Amino acid sequence: MTENILQDTALITPALLVPLLPLIGFIINGLAGKRLPKSITGWIASLAVLGSFICSVSIFNALDATNSINIDLFNWITFGNTSIAFGLQVDSLTTTMLLVVSGIGFLIHLYSIGYMHDDEGFTRFFTYLNLFIFFMLILIMGNNYLMMFIGWEGVGLCSYLLIGFWFKNDAYNDAAKKAFVMNRIGDLGFLLGMFFMLFHFGTLDFDGVANAAAGLDSNHILIVTITLLLFVGAMGKSAQIPLYTWLPDAMAGPTPVSALIHAATMVTAGIYMVVRSNVLFALAPHTLDVVLITGVATSVFAAVIGLMQNDIKKVLAYSTVSQLGLMFAALGLGAFSSGMFHVVTHAFFKALLFLGSGSVIHALHGEQDIRKMGGLGKYIKITYFTFLIGSLAISGIPPFAGFFSKDEILAKAFEQNPLVWGILSISAMMTAFYMFRLVYLTFNGNFRGTEETKKHIHESPAIMTTPLVILAILSIVGGFMGLPAVLGFTHRFAAYLSHVTDASKEFLPHAHHLSHATEYALIATAIIAAIAAILYARNQYVSKGNLPVSDEQALPVLQKAIVNKFYVDELYDKLFVKPIQVLSELFLVLVDKLIIDLLVNATAWFVGLTGRTIRLIQTGNTGFYIFAMVSGMIILLVIRLFI
Amino acid sequence: MMLLQLLFLPLLASLLIFLSGNKWASRLALGLSIVELVLTWLTYQTFKQGGSEMLTFFQEWITNPKISFHLGMDGLGLIMVALTNFLVPLIILSTFNRNIENSRSYFALISLMQFALIGVFIAMDGMLYYIFWELALIPIYFIALRWGGPNRVPVTLKFFIFTLAGSLLMLFGFIMLYWYNPNHSFDIRELYSNVICSCKQGWLFWLFFLAYAIKIPIIPFHTWQADTYKEAPTQGTMLLSGIMLKMGTYSLIRWLLPILPAGVAEWGPLAITLCVIGIVYASVIAIMQRDLKKLLAYSSVAHVGLISAGIFALNMQGLQGSVVQMVAHGINVVGLFFCADIILNRTQSLNIDGLGGIRNVAPQFNTLFMIVVLGSVALPLTNGFIGEFLLLFGVYAYNTWLSVFAGLTIILGAVYMLRMFQRVMLGNVSDTTSAFQDLMWNERLVLGTIALTIIVTGIYPKPILDLAAPALEVILNKATIK
Repeated sequence: MTENILQDTALITPALLVPLLPLIGFIINGLAGKRLPKSITGWIASLAVLGSFICSVSIFNALDATNSINIDLFNWITFGNTSIAFGLQVDSLTTTMLLVVSGIGFLIHLYSIGYMHDDEGFTRFFTYLNLFIFFMLILIMGNNYLMMFIGWEGVGLCSYLLIGFWFKNDAYNDAAKKAFVMNRIGDLGFLLGMFFMLFHFGTLDFDGVANAAAGLDSNHILIVTITLLLFVGAMGKSAQIPLYTWLPDAMAGPTPVSALIHAATMVTAGIYMVVRSNVLFALAPHTLDVVLITGVATSVFAAVIGLMQNDIKKVLAYSTVSQLGLMFAALGLGAFSSGMFHVVTHAFFKALLFLGSGSVIHALHGEQDIRKMGGLGKYIKITYFTFLIGSLAISGIPPFAGFFSKDEILAKAFEQNPLVWGILSISAMMTAFYMFRLVYLTFNGNFRGTEETKKHIHESPAIMTTPLVILAILSIVGGFMGLPAVLGFTHRFAAYLSHVTDASKEFLPHAHHLSHATEYALIATAIIAAIAAILYARNQYVSKGNLPVSDEQALPVLQKAIVNKFYVDELYDKLFVKPIQVLSELFLVLVDKLIIDLLVNATAWFVGLTGRTIRLIQTGNTGFYIFAMVSGMIILLVIRLFI
Repeated sequence: MMLLQLLFLPLLASLLIFLSGNKWASRLALGLSIVELVLTWLTYQTFKQGGSEMLTFFQEWITNPKISFHLGMDGLGLIMVALTNFLVPLIILSTFNRNIENSRSYFALISLMQFALIGVFIAMDGMLYYIFWELALIPIYFIALRWGGPNRVPVTLKFFIFTLAGSLLMLFGFIMLYWYNPNHSFDIRELYSNVICSCKQGWLFWLFFLAYAIKIPIIPFHTWQADTYKEAPTQGTMLLSGIMLKMGTYSLIRWLLPILPAGVAEWGPLAITLCVIGIVYASVIAIMQRDLKKLLAYSSVAHVGLISAGIFALNMQGLQGSVVQMVAHGINVVGLFFCADIILNRTQSLNIDGLGGIRNVAPQFNTLFMIVVLGSVALPLTNGFIGEFLLLFGVYAYNTWLSVFAGLTIILGAVYMLRMFQRVMLGNVSDTTSAFQDLMWNERLVLGTIALTIIVTGIYPKPILDLAAPALEVILNKATIK
């Protein structure tokens, strides 16, 4: 069945194994997990993902960056002359994502063996996690939009299952449902986008669509429509304004889930999708403007909310939304490989930060409020240092990974639009501030929890700290794959992706390159701003020893609005949820029961009335019958003869 | 001959079951329905060997008016018969471990129903088809009336009169078709010859459309449904929602589009608009339903609304989607109503606000129920997705804005199904659910089979698509002749 279009048949097997291994892990644990000892199920799942990672590495080594593997397994959906394949592909973009997903995925599986150790749903957790990895791999390996859509909705399902993992808690279940429904809103956009492509281009293959689109003019209404619809899908999955509200709530899931799904991998699917469609987006500058504005707005908006959150995971969640906004801003500028670069470095340090927060929560037996933490650096040293590295990386301090990718995006912004650069820089400063607010409140000063908790503070086991250390190393060195050209290096990451991103080069406006002096100045500004923000946080929370106020205390209007996340959830509730509920009751009571049934019953009544009336004719009088018969015949005759 | 065996075995089964006595009735019914399923498989093999040529049986029956015993089975018919014969054993198996009074009559009626349904799907003479159509109403009427819930008498009466009214319009329609046909025949080959003046097709369209719109149901002809689904015994609801309403959608394809193309061209836009409004309307109502069976009933209205919309879109993807979705919906809705039955059987309650926490005590049930729910919300790699994708694309190709509106189903569907699932299965156990017993062997078998089918046909729908394609092409060709 396997039809190989490409070159390197030797790579077909590892390419197929990549998604297959987690699927097998899922099936084993799903069907037999109850009968297997707990110690085994966690390792089955972890090793399955490790296997995927090893296969990904071997593909990375063997596959030239300008080559690709295409595997059409079978015809999935056919109608008329159209057929959509069930097929996979691997090129440099896919390989990049494969390494991130399977690599970080494996580390988080390992970590979870420790983190979830005492949970009664241990095996179930790993079953879902493997299923998630499978769908995520399908998402990035699919060779057409519909295949991508399988993964796209599949990871949404796993996200739903894992946010609501502790299903006895109804607040968590609500969060899970909210995530699924909000994603579905985006998915409708994606689906409609596919309809446009399928109808006008006759195909959903990435190459086929790109080729067909390349024949159209820039800003052609069709391409603008398609890309806008696809972007709606991306907004849902990658939590952009206005569809971002599910992501902070998604923190209800166990912390490894937040790290894997809601920070490192799934939420970056929207960026992957745009980069995968870079030709389409480059042909639609109008859409790129929308992407840019959405990204910039989300980046700032989420950063502002992040300033005043007191739940350690909520801070990280808003930070994720903000960073995703930054990535979309890069895409909006046409800097596709810069966006991907930030996806990768962000995956390192945000996974690290979430796992670190998990380690903190683990140490404090479930406490997530940073107002009840403090001074933890003394007790949990590994967690502290790795968390610090992650914070430095996200704040953009050189030579940590985030510095390079963020700086690259800021430079591109300055090239095209200094205003965008300005806003993003402010957002970056806020990020540095709230991250170090988090670090200082958590790890510095004195412990503010109960004595009882304090006695039990302990560092996490090695199976949890090892992933932290590995991710910390990646957060330190990860940026070196994309050293800036201004310093005389070659950008290896961009070069590796160039085969994919070059396809759209010709459609993008040529940017005038910045002078070296300007670039140096930008770098210096960014570093100084980040350091200033960190020092300000230090001043506030270490030197002055300030603490965030308790929930009961009254706040000035603006701060109150920020703490309450600008009341967006409440607004959506009033605008959408309540009206639909009212409409639902109205339809049922007014339309269904009253109007329609009234008509139905009226018809029945009319029939009954007619029956009762006509019955009066049935008199039993033979004379009347004969009279009626003869009259009828005469009438028929008249009709026949004269009409 | 194969067609005759396929058709009459259930009739024979019905008789045998009735004579067998209550003790053995269920097992005999199950055995015979499995024989019928095997027979369907053999027919499928014969059909494939014959290169997808229509299997036919023809016998002169009545000369004046000319009515013949004409049976025929193309890919479309085969799919419908296969769906019927696949679901009936599951429906019978779902009664095991349950007490059913006077079970020989119950199962005899189910088999009789199967006979009539198969007849509807393979009859190729209008009058013969009409006879089977009406015959199908009789067993379900008695099933609902004799074994139904407390409010069954008025509800069943409403259902019966509603659908009978529709049927009579169709009968009148057939007589008119016979009359207008120069060869005066009910035979489908004659009816497909498109000799009726377009000026008459407009009102003829309504005679058929109303009959089908009531059966499917398309709003605003749906008000019999929710109550009937609620009051009928579970097997009755399964037969109604899983198979019987497909008589309507199937008939749109077989007996309306190709026979009255001008009528469809004239009134199709109104029909498709009704269907699409129905999708959103019923979904919105489902959101606030508190009775599990009624919620499923309204979700079913939304789903079949989309099926009908795809049919009236008059393109290949819409028709293909409608066939796949008829199968998918048939299987999923039977699964869903069975889940409702399992809950009702153990808790004596269908009020979703009073349930909850079942997942704690019945993990197997939870998993299988979840898969059926996912099929119903059309997650990719489930059967529901293939159908909805093709249907929505069909509607898109017909009119972009209509597809945006119809597409709301994927959002609203997730809202009401996940809300229902959360209220019923998640959270902490309540008084009503704390003693909930996990699945018994027959329940596991039924739901397991359904879950497996949902996934297998979601990954590999090709056999269904390939089977339906030639038959649909012929029909589409006739339906779009100018």
